[in-house]
Amino acid sequence: MHGAQRILVVIPAFNEASRIRRVVDGVRRQVEGEVLVVDDGSADATAAEARAAGAVTATHAANLGYGAALQTGYRYALRHGYDAVLQLDADGQHDPASIPQLVAALDHADVVVGSRFLHEESYRPPLLRRLGMWLFGTVASGLAGQRVTDPTSGYQAVSRRALAFYAHERYPADYPDADVLAMVARSGLRLTEVPVRMLPSPDGKSMHAGAVRQLYYVFRMSLALGLVPFRNEKP
Amino acid sequence: MTPTQRTFAIFTSVATLLFVLELVRRRRLKEEYSWLWIVTSAGMLLLSGWYGLIEWVSRAIGAVTVTTTLFLFGLLFLLAISVHYSIVISRLTQQVRRLTQELAIVSADRELEPAPRGQAGRPDPSAPS
Repeated sequence: MHGAQRILVVIPAFNEASRIRRVVDGVRRQVEGEVLVVDDGSADATAAEARAAGAVTATHAANLGYGAALQTGYRYALRHGYDAVLQLDADGQHDPASIPQLVAALDHADVVVGSRFLHEESYRPPLLRRLGMWLFGTVASGLAGQRVTDPTSGYQAVSRRALAFYAHERYPADYPDADVLAMVARSGLRLTEVPVRMLPSPDGKSMHAGAVRQLYYVFRMSLALGLVPFRNEKP
Repeated sequence: MTPTQRTFAIFTSVATLLFVLELVRRRRLKEEYSWLWIVTSAGMLLLSGWYGLIEWVSRAIGAVTVTTTLFLFGLLFLLAISVHYSIVISRLTQQVRRLTQELAIVSADRELEPAPRGQAGRPDPSAPS
C-alpha cells in the first residue's frame, strides 16, 4: 500500500561495528527503501561495516548523542525529499519483522511508536527501569492527552510532517523520548503506538547504564516534561 | 569603610577595567563577551568611589557595613557573568551540533556520487606509465 512512498530507514549507531551489518541485512529483508546509518563518532569500524552492508553512512566528526544522530537522519530525509523515516536502533534490539506494521500505521498517524509493552512476546526490561518508563509514560500520557505505553522506544516511523517538527532545534540531543512524544501530541501531530517485538540488547549494553547517568536521566526528563506545558511548540 | 579599604577597592576596580580593556584592544577578548566585565568593574568603581551611593544602597538592602554591599554586588555580577557563559556555551553546543550534522549529510552525499565529473575514464596521472 506504500508503493508510492519513499521511505528512508535511519539507524543511529555508536560503536556497533560487530552488529550493524546484521541489523542492516535484517532491515533489507523487510523494506525496499534506502538505509542510512548515522555513525555518531564511533571509535570502531561502524561506518565501514555499514557501508559494506550496503547502507549510506553519515558520520559525525564527534559524538553528539543519540538524539542528534537521529536528527541527522531526519535532516537528510527532508533534504532528499523522502516521505517518511523509519528508525531503529543499531544494537539489534528492534526486530525488523515489525517494520511493515510501523510503516502501515503511517496511513493514519504522523509519529508511530513501536511499543514493546503492547506486544506479548516482547522482552521486558528490568523492574526498576520499567518503573521509570511507567512513571514518565504516565506523565507523558497526561500531557499528550492519550496513552503512551513505551515512552523510551526508539523504534518509530515518522511522517514528513513530523520530520519537520523533529528537525527543529527543540529536538533534544541526548534523550529524545517522553518529552518529545508529549510535544508531538500537543503540537497537533497525530501520535499512535503499535505493538513491536523487542529483544534484550545482546550484551546488556544500554545507554542508561550507570547510577549517575540514571539519576541525570531522571532529572533531565522530569525537567523537560515539566516544561512541556509552558512551551508552545508549533509543527 | 576605612580609607585603606576604599583605596584598595578603587584600585582593584580600575585595574580590572584596564585589564579587560587591554584584552579587548589586543583582541584576546571579543567585544561581545567583554561588556559584562566592563559593566562589573565600572559598577564596582562607582560603588567604591561614590560613598553617598554605597551608603544609600546599604541602607536600602539592609546591609550593616558598606563593605558587605561591595562584596554582595561583586558576587551578583559574577553570578550574572557565569549564567551568561552558560547561555553562550548552550548556543555554541547548538552550533557545533548543526555543523557536525551538516558535515555528515554532505559527506554521505559525496559517498553516493562515484567520482567528480570529467575525471571518470581519464588515466590517473600519478600512476606509473
